[in-house]
Amino acid sequence: MNNKKYDFKGTPLRGSDIKEKKVLTTSWRPNLQYAWDDGVAIGRYLKELKNGKIIARKCNKCERIMIPPRMFCELCFRATDEWVYVENTGVINTFSISYVHWDAKRIKEGEKPFIPAVIEIDGASEGMGILHVLGEVDPEDVKSGMRVKAVWKSPEERIGAITDIKYFKPI
Amino acid sequence: MTEKVAIVGVGCTNFRSTTPDLSYRELTYEAATKAYEEAGVEPKDIDSFVSTAEDFFEGYSIADEYCPDQLGAVLKPVNTIAGDFLQSLITAYMQILTGRLNIVAVQAMSKASNMTTLKELELFAFDPVFNRPLAENPHFVAGLEMNRYLYDTKITREQCAKVVVKNKLNALNNPYAGHGAKITVEDVLNSEIVSYPLTRLDISPSSDGAVVMVLASEETAKKLSDKPIWIRGVGWCSDTFSLESRDWAQPISTKIAAEMAYKMAKINDPKREIDLVELSDLFSYKELQHLEALKFCSKGEAGKMVDDGVTEIGGELPVNPSGGSLGVGNLYECSGAQKALEIILQLRGEAGKRQIKNANIGLAHAWRGVPTTTSVIAIFSN
Repeated sequence: MNNKKYDFKGTPLRGSDIKEKKVLTTSWRPNLQYAWDDGVAIGRYLKELKNGKIIARKCNKCERIMIPPRMFCELCFRATDEWVYVENTGVINTFSISYVHWDAKRIKEGEKPFIPAVIEIDGASEGMGILHVLGEVDPEDVKSGMRVKAVWKSPEERIGAITDIKYFKPI
Repeated sequence: MTEKVAIVGVGCTNFRSTTPDLSYRELTYEAATKAYEEAGVEPKDIDSFVSTAEDFFEGYSIADEYCPDQLGAVLKPVNTIAGDFLQSLITAYMQILTGRLNIVAVQAMSKASNMTTLKELELFAFDPVFNRPLAENPHFVAGLEMNRYLYDTKITREQCAKVVVKNKLNALNNPYAGHGAKITVEDVLNSEIVSYPLTRLDISPSSDGAVVMVLASEETAKKLSDKPIWIRGVGWCSDTFSLESRDWAQPISTKIAAEMAYKMAKINDPKREIDLVELSDLFSYKELQHLEALKFCSKGEAGKMVDDGVTEIGGELPVNPSGGSLGVGNLYECSGAQKALEIILQLRGEAGKRQIKNANIGLAHAWRGVPTTTSVIAIFSN
C-alpha cells in the first residue's frame, strides 16, 4: 500500500460560494408532477380510510386477507375475490427509532424521534399490515409484539389518505 | 442450445388517452393475464421476466422494484430495461439464447395520462448546461429535425400530412387504437403550428396502455403455440446525445440498427422481402425519415411512396397498419410494444379488418422520442 501523503494545494469551496455566485454555476428546478390513478383496490382502500375503516381483499385460493388491498393476488396470480373489513388494532412486527429527518438533518434538542413501524393488522393474514408511525409512547417502551391501535383524525379532517390515521398507540 | 426463439403469447389493454378506472398495476395485470392465457402458461412456468420502466415516466425512483407483482414475478428473476419495450424484447431473446432460460415474459406500460407536467418532464431529458436554459417546449427539437429533413430532401409538408391522414384512418380499423380519425391533409396543415414546420396534428398524442408477451425457445414454442412468431433478426443503436453535432436530416441510428437486423435476418432487399412495417411515427416526418433509414427507398423518396399509396394497407408495403403512434397514441416506453404487437397479429392473420394479405415477414421499429437518438428493430416471421 502506498502511504505517501500528497499535499494538493487547492482552493476550498463552500456552499456559500455557490450561493453568492463566486463560482460558475447553473441550476434547474424540475417541475415534475404526477396524478397516479388509484385504480379499484387502492381507490376503495382510501375511501374506507376516509370513513375511519380499514378494508382488505381476500384471495379464495391462498385464503390470504391482504392489506393494502389488491385486485389480483401476486402469489396465486389470479383475481382476488372479496372485500373484508379488518380491525384498526394490531401487533408491531418491527420498528425503528429515527433521529434524522428525510433530508438527513438530525432532530433538534428536545424534539421527539420519529418511530416508524410495521403493524400487522388484526383480521388480516399473518405478515400483512400497515407501515405507519407510533405515537403516545416513549421510544424506550416500544417492543416488537406490542399491541397497538389506530388513532384517527376527526371525520372532518380525513381526506382519504394513509395520514387519516394519525399514528398507532399502545393498548 | 436453441437458436430460434418465438413469441407464443401476447396480451394488451386498449390504448386510450386516459384510463382513470385502473391503476398502472391493474393495467399490466390485464395484459399479463391475456398473454399467459394465450401462451398456456402460468407464472410458475416462466423462467424470467423483463420489464420496461423509466423512473421519470412512472413517477417513482427505482421503478423496476414495482414491476414484479402485476406480472406474477414475485420471488422470480426479474430485470428492468430503462428504454423501449423492443430493447426488453431483445434482452429476453438473448436470455433464451443462453440456453439457460426457456420461457421469458416481457412487459411495458404507459400511464402517460398520469404525467401531468409531461412537457417539463420531457425537457428534463435535455442537457442542463447547454440546452435547458434555452428550451421552451421539447417539440422544438422535432421542428429542427423536420425542417432540415424537408430542406435536404425536398419532401413537402403535404407529404408529411398524408402520413397523419393514413395512420389515423388505419387506426379506425384497430379496436385497440385511441386516436383514429378521418381527417384531411388540409386539417393537418391548418392545425396550430407548435414548432415550425410541425403542427399539432403532426405530433402523436399520448396514450395509456400495457403490453405483455411470452417468448420461448424453439422446442417449447412448438409445443405451446400453433402459430409461433419467430424472431428473425434484431438490431439496436444509439447516436450522440449532442443537439449541437448530430445529423439533423437523417436518423443514422435507425440505419445502423437496420443493417444489424438485416444481416442477422439475411435480408438483402428489404422492400421486396419484408411484407409490412410498423415504424416509429411519433411525428409525421419520422415515418418518412425512417422509411429511408430502413432502406425501403433511397433518400428523399419516401414522400413519393406516400403519394403513390405504397404505404397504405392495400399498398405494396403497408406501413403502420395499426395506425401507428399517430393513430394509436404515443405510448412512451411501450411504443415499440404496440408496434411488435401489430406485426405479430398480422403475421398470425388475426388483424381483423386491417389484415394484410400474405403477411409473412414484418419489421417493428422504435425510436425513443425527442431528444433521444436510440433506435431498436426486431424482424419477425410466421
